[in-house]
Amino acid sequence: MLARRTRVLPGFGLSLGFTLAYLSLIVLIPLSAVFIKTAGMTFDEFWTAVASPRVVASYKLSFGTSLLAAAINAVFGLILAWGLVRYTFPGKKLVDALIDLPFALPTAVAGISLTALYAKNGWLGQFLEPLGIKIAFGPPGILVALIFIGLPFIVRTVQPILEDLDAEFEEAAASLGANRWQTFRRVVFPTLLPALMTGFALAFARAVGEYGSVIFIAGNIPMVSEITPLMIITKLEQYDYAGATAIASVMLIASFVLLLAINGLQAWTSKRQGRTS
Amino acid sequence: MSIEVKDIHKSFGAFKALDGVSLDLPKGELIALLGPSGCGKTTLLRIIAGLENADYGSVRLSGEDATSKHVRERHVGFVFQHYALFRHMTVFENVAFGLRVKPRGERPSEAIIRDKVHRLLDLVQLDWLANRFPSQLSGGQRQRIALARALAVEPQVLLLDEPFGALDAKVRKELRRWLRRLHDELHISSIFVTHDQEEALEVADRIVLMNKGRVEQIGNPHEIYDEPATSFAYSFIGNVNEFRGRVEGDYVRVGEDVLAHGQKGLADGSLVVAYTRPHDTEIVVDGAGRTGISAKVNRILASGSVSRVELVANGAAREGRTDYFEVELTPAEIAGLELETGKRVRIASRRLSVFAEKS
Repeated sequence: MLARRTRVLPGFGLSLGFTLAYLSLIVLIPLSAVFIKTAGMTFDEFWTAVASPRVVASYKLSFGTSLLAAAINAVFGLILAWGLVRYTFPGKKLVDALIDLPFALPTAVAGISLTALYAKNGWLGQFLEPLGIKIAFGPPGILVALIFIGLPFIVRTVQPILEDLDAEFEEAAASLGANRWQTFRRVVFPTLLPALMTGFALAFARAVGEYGSVIFIAGNIPMVSEITPLMIITKLEQYDYAGATAIASVMLIASFVLLLAINGLQAWTSKRQGRTS
Repeated sequence: MSIEVKDIHKSFGAFKALDGVSLDLPKGELIALLGPSGCGKTTLLRIIAGLENADYGSVRLSGEDATSKHVRERHVGFVFQHYALFRHMTVFENVAFGLRVKPRGERPSEAIIRDKVHRLLDLVQLDWLANRFPSQLSGGQRQRIALARALAVEPQVLLLDEPFGALDAKVRKELRRWLRRLHDELHISSIFVTHDQEEALEVADRIVLMNKGRVEQIGNPHEIYDEPATSFAYSFIGNVNEFRGRVEGDYVRVGEDVLAHGQKGLADGSLVVAYTRPHDTEIVVDGAGRTGISAKVNRILASGSVSRVELVANGAAREGRTDYFEVELTPAEIAGLELETGKRVRIASRRLSVFAEKS
């Protein structure tokens, strides 16, 4: 008989069991259903479902705009977080609360208001349209919507790290002769990078899965502005459940691989900074 | 480089951190800024470094006005209490930082940087840690790396803000001896801030004693310890026995008892504080005379070459005191006086310093 190792904290078996059971019920079982349903197809059927030109165009659009939106958010989210942490100004609390609005707002509301804003006769659209810039009902509109919903992820992950960043590091750099830009590039930015990458990954993941806000502004023109989640819905509406899950499984795997890559990159930077995590 | 500070004032809101501080420090010395917390010593150091701006007053480094110069241009090395090492850089890169950020024209070649960093790491005896990250070092090692980093840019002044404050007692002692040796080697003008009088007395060439935003006394450790200029200097440095009373001719009257003060120019009837060090304090066995503070032996701590006797005053000298009077004697003296717990004695002083009481 094996000797039971005793632990100081009680309930290890129970809590681990609960964690695994709950995770299976809520996450793993629904996910595996996607694969099981897909497995019922022949390879040819599967391939036709996931590799038809219209679907491939939607992959490109979904992943491309999501990456671009997350990258744009990384830049401006960082600036926003910087402004919120480093300076005091009247109404700062209010601005801080506004950051979370995309989290709280029903995505459909966001979609409708963005569409109204950027449509041909909208507040902004009426000025942009004569300049030849068409935002709503095309890929640029999708980008705008994805930037909108992804912003809080960057700000909220970078903000606490920035708050913890002692002024001492910047003072030390200055006393060693570094100018503001050198201090930012060599001292501040590398410290923020892991958090920034986490925020990027979250914003990206959210953008890939976003449906509600995009669908109103996208225009949904086949081969041009159809996002992958819309393709799934379209298949479902045609009662092609297997086709829908086939596309879903492709999305699932692609997202998983991308997140894994970003996490790997993040672990690598952390390790390079001599942190043990 | 000489450091000259003139009439510095600095307030944080309603709090006056510095209230007219002037210093003229010669070149090449190791100077301690000593004082209780909140006395303004760190603020003064930061103003000298250029990390903080004074509300009023000027700073001159090597005779040159540096008041409005940015910290980048002052050529000072600053060492922080919590090291402030860049966490994402190796020890080597931390030390090389100051060289790498130099303007393109002045930046040394990679080979020179490598050579210089290794020499500095040798100097702080940590060359074998060059490829580690700061999180893998002990506190004492981190502080030495921080010092090497500050020295890399060849500063004219080295400023250290409580450099040993975050370390444990043993490492602290080691490191401050090491700092003294390093200073003897490099002769770079250095100022370090500390609230630990022992540290200041042991390491510094000169001590600037501060209290409530003002300089109380400037002097070498011997002067600071043996010739305190003010009542604050007396009570802050070393152990001291304190008596409060009124001048009566050649005596200070404390309630029923009197103490001979042996000083001239004290106005009769003025309120005074008198100080004496434990080793300048005497115990007179009852009956031998009428001067001295009447007291009772509370405890005799006999260990080592010096024994300490704790006494409780009987009369008015006891008022407002929570601690005991302390006298240092040799074991032979204690035997000669036949001291024992509870014995009634008088406390007298070989050297009493009297200061007018601030009302």
